[in-house]
Amino acid sequence: MADDQASVAQIREWLDAVPDPEIPVISIVDLGIVRDVQWRDDVLDVVITPTYSGCPAMSVIPEDIKTELGRHGINKINISTQIAPVWTTDWLSDKGRANLKGYGIAAPRTTGVPEGCPRCESVDVEKISQFGSTPCKAQWRCKSCLEPFDYFKCI
Amino acid sequence: MITHSNQTADSRHLLEFVLRQGDNALVLGHRMSEWCGTGPALEEDIALANTALDLIGQTQMWLAYAAELEGRDRSANDLAFMRDATDFRNLLLLEQPNRDFGHTMMRQFLFDAYQVPFLQALESSADQRVADIAAKSGREARYHLERSSDIVIALGDGTEESHRRMQDALDRLWSYAGEMFVTDETDIAMHNAAIAPDLKLIHAQWNDTVQARLNKATLAVPDSTFVHKGGKNGVRHEEHLGHMLATMQVLQRSYPNSVW
Ligand SMILES: [Zn+2]
Repeated sequence: MADDQASVAQIREWLDAVPDPEIPVISIVDLGIVRDVQWRDDVLDVVITPTYSGCPAMSVIPEDIKTELGRHGINKINISTQIAPVWTTDWLSDKGRANLKGYGIAAPRTTGVPEGCPRCESVDVEKISQFGSTPCKAQWRCKSCLEPFDYFKCI
Repeated sequence: MITHSNQTADSRHLLEFVLRQGDNALVLGHRMSEWCGTGPALEEDIALANTALDLIGQTQMWLAYAAELEGRDRSANDLAFMRDATDFRNLLLLEQPNRDFGHTMMRQFLFDAYQVPFLQALESSADQRVADIAAKSGREARYHLERSSDIVIALGDGTEESHRRMQDALDRLWSYAGEMFVTDETDIAMHNAAIAPDLKLIHAQWNDTVQARLNKATLAVPDSTFVHKGGKNGVRHEEHLGHMLATMQVLQRSYPNSVW
């Protein structure tokens, strides 16, 4: 490895600036889809994992990674996709979970029920539909403030 | 559930098996996508489209593997868009037209109830690639089953009209469900190679799930044992598949090799 190569830790920090194409308040690192970053001589290998099989964002993310790292002078990048072990919402970072809530999306919970309304914190909530505006979200409604909200599905 | 043996899988059977999984996901995924923009309610429209998206994503994984196994320099897209109906290996159940929303969800339910235990068994497949794809798809299938069950129960145990429509759908689709459990030489070869489970075990699990939920939906399980078959082995697809492919493949057929 050449001395002027950026460290993997530094690159991960840069990747933390790449937003999820559909939920821009969380980064692809927050989402847990950056599985591995490694130098192979002068080529950077980046391994990513899909959230949902058919998630359309997966075709955009590699381009976004190349653009962001290109800004830091890294242009030889090999991005591959790996499906095992299977991505789960457990990989979402604490920062990511907090940012989701601030954006009005309830964070995933293993119980399958959101912690509460992301707007008024009420726990009096009900499910409207198992699917929301993207494959990773479900639609819920708050019975206190009456607002609908997205819930990041737990898988 | 999967018993191991020393026999190596015949590569021809493995390709056939993987193609069947890909074609099931593709044909059902396309059928679900036909609802896009015409769902009975906005939430349902979105849910139908997202289910389709999951299935198309699963198709990409299976057909990419099938294309590699085939080794004829074809891609997953080639397999999806350039094959004729007689080359497809999907279950007849899945090519059935959507008809009404209840019929669409009954078809989905009957398949989901099979797919969940089947993919779960495949997670311990002796073929690592099969196991990985199954692990990825299985989580989505469990989510789909939760939803299709809820809807079958709500509509079955709903109004007089919704009950009648769900019973009609069940009566119509029942004779197609049996093909999921028809065991042929490919299934036997896959089971012997510890790549896939014994379909008899999956059938028993399917029966438990389906009986319990149809009971809850106040729907009568048909007593007919007649089975329509010929989809998974490609011998006899119904005319519906040809019509569906004509729409699905028109762009690639008219402008071969065009890309986004
Ligand atoms: Zn609220």
